[in-house]
Amino acid sequence: MSDASINASTVTAKSHADEAGFGDYFALLKPRVMSLVVFTALVGLLAAPVPVHPFVGFCAILFIAIGGGASGALNMWWDADIDKVMKRTKGRPIPSGKVEEGEALALGLALSGLSVIMLGLATNWFAGAFLAFTIFFYVVVYTMWLKRSTPQNIVIGGAAGAFPPVIGWVAATGSMSIEPWLMFALTFMWTPPHFWALALFMRSDYDDAGVPMLTVTHGRRATRWHILVYTVLLALLAVGTAFSGIGGPVYLVVAVVLNALFLWGAWQISRRTEDDAEADNFKVERSFFKLSLLYLFLHFGAILAEALLKPFGLGGWS
Amino acid sequence: MSLRKSHELHQRRFSRNLGVGLTLAAFIVIIFGLTIVKVSGTDFSLATQEVQN
Repeated sequence: MSDASINASTVTAKSHADEAGFGDYFALLKPRVMSLVVFTALVGLLAAPVPVHPFVGFCAILFIAIGGGASGALNMWWDADIDKVMKRTKGRPIPSGKVEEGEALALGLALSGLSVIMLGLATNWFAGAFLAFTIFFYVVVYTMWLKRSTPQNIVIGGAAGAFPPVIGWVAATGSMSIEPWLMFALTFMWTPPHFWALALFMRSDYDDAGVPMLTVTHGRRATRWHILVYTVLLALLAVGTAFSGIGGPVYLVVAVVLNALFLWGAWQISRRTEDDAEADNFKVERSFFKLSLLYLFLHFGAILAEALLKPFGLGGWS
Repeated sequence: MSLRKSHELHQRRFSRNLGVGLTLAAFIVIIFGLTIVKVSGTDFSLATQEVQN
């Protein structure tokens, strides 16, 4: 059988419209999540007290992003069955039939290996090892193990998304200190209220997929209280970070304003009944979710601003 | 008229092939750039400190 005949049979088996383009393979890397990874890792790298060669810094961020993308592809490979069920995810490359599960697995594994090795070579092996651990944590600990077995999946899984600023810091310094862990804690504590607010107004999705989201296992009232408790703890941490080595007056102002708004939103969510929420089509929950996106972006933006002001003698408290 | 007529498959997969080609080219540029930075032996942190001093 010639190559031409193999290709011909493959082509007829699969409709041309369903054939994957380059963009479909790129979509496996979860570009929107990757943008968060890029931004927080960049802040971690630039907030570090050690200057990095711009090209090395660029490569470090690129390989951290590719590592994050690789874990996204492996997540889509494992979760293909539930992605088919959920409205939010059924358009992804695997459930839509454009990319085979095996292709996503191969791409995820290849990019994982490549990103870890290249980050290790470009910066240091501590950073490379940290990236490898992050991929392992997201794919094995979160996706394969916890996501379908505990309602605390979001809490523990949030750690995977919180590692990039730590990797960025380690890539610059080759060592560890308290500041990157404050950035880690900020993202880690932010994740549960962010996702639970989403789960409140996208409820049928997680129910249909059988994912033990807190809204399903403990009820929506408990979820509303959880959002408030996590937001209070997050606010204490976020404002407290202002007095660390990565904080300063700019960060303090941003943190106070944003946390006041976030606490007000969480308080309103905790007070609302399901009837209230149904009546206005989850208006408060939706605006809290939108605010949460801005919340994280502006906190890291303020940390970045403090770092960029330091060379001019302005950043921080000194 | 060219001797080898391009198969319809090549046209359909043009974006995919172009994307892979550009990705590989970018990878080569990155490896080359990193090599230059690493072998040039300039310690960026020392250089920055010297400028500041």
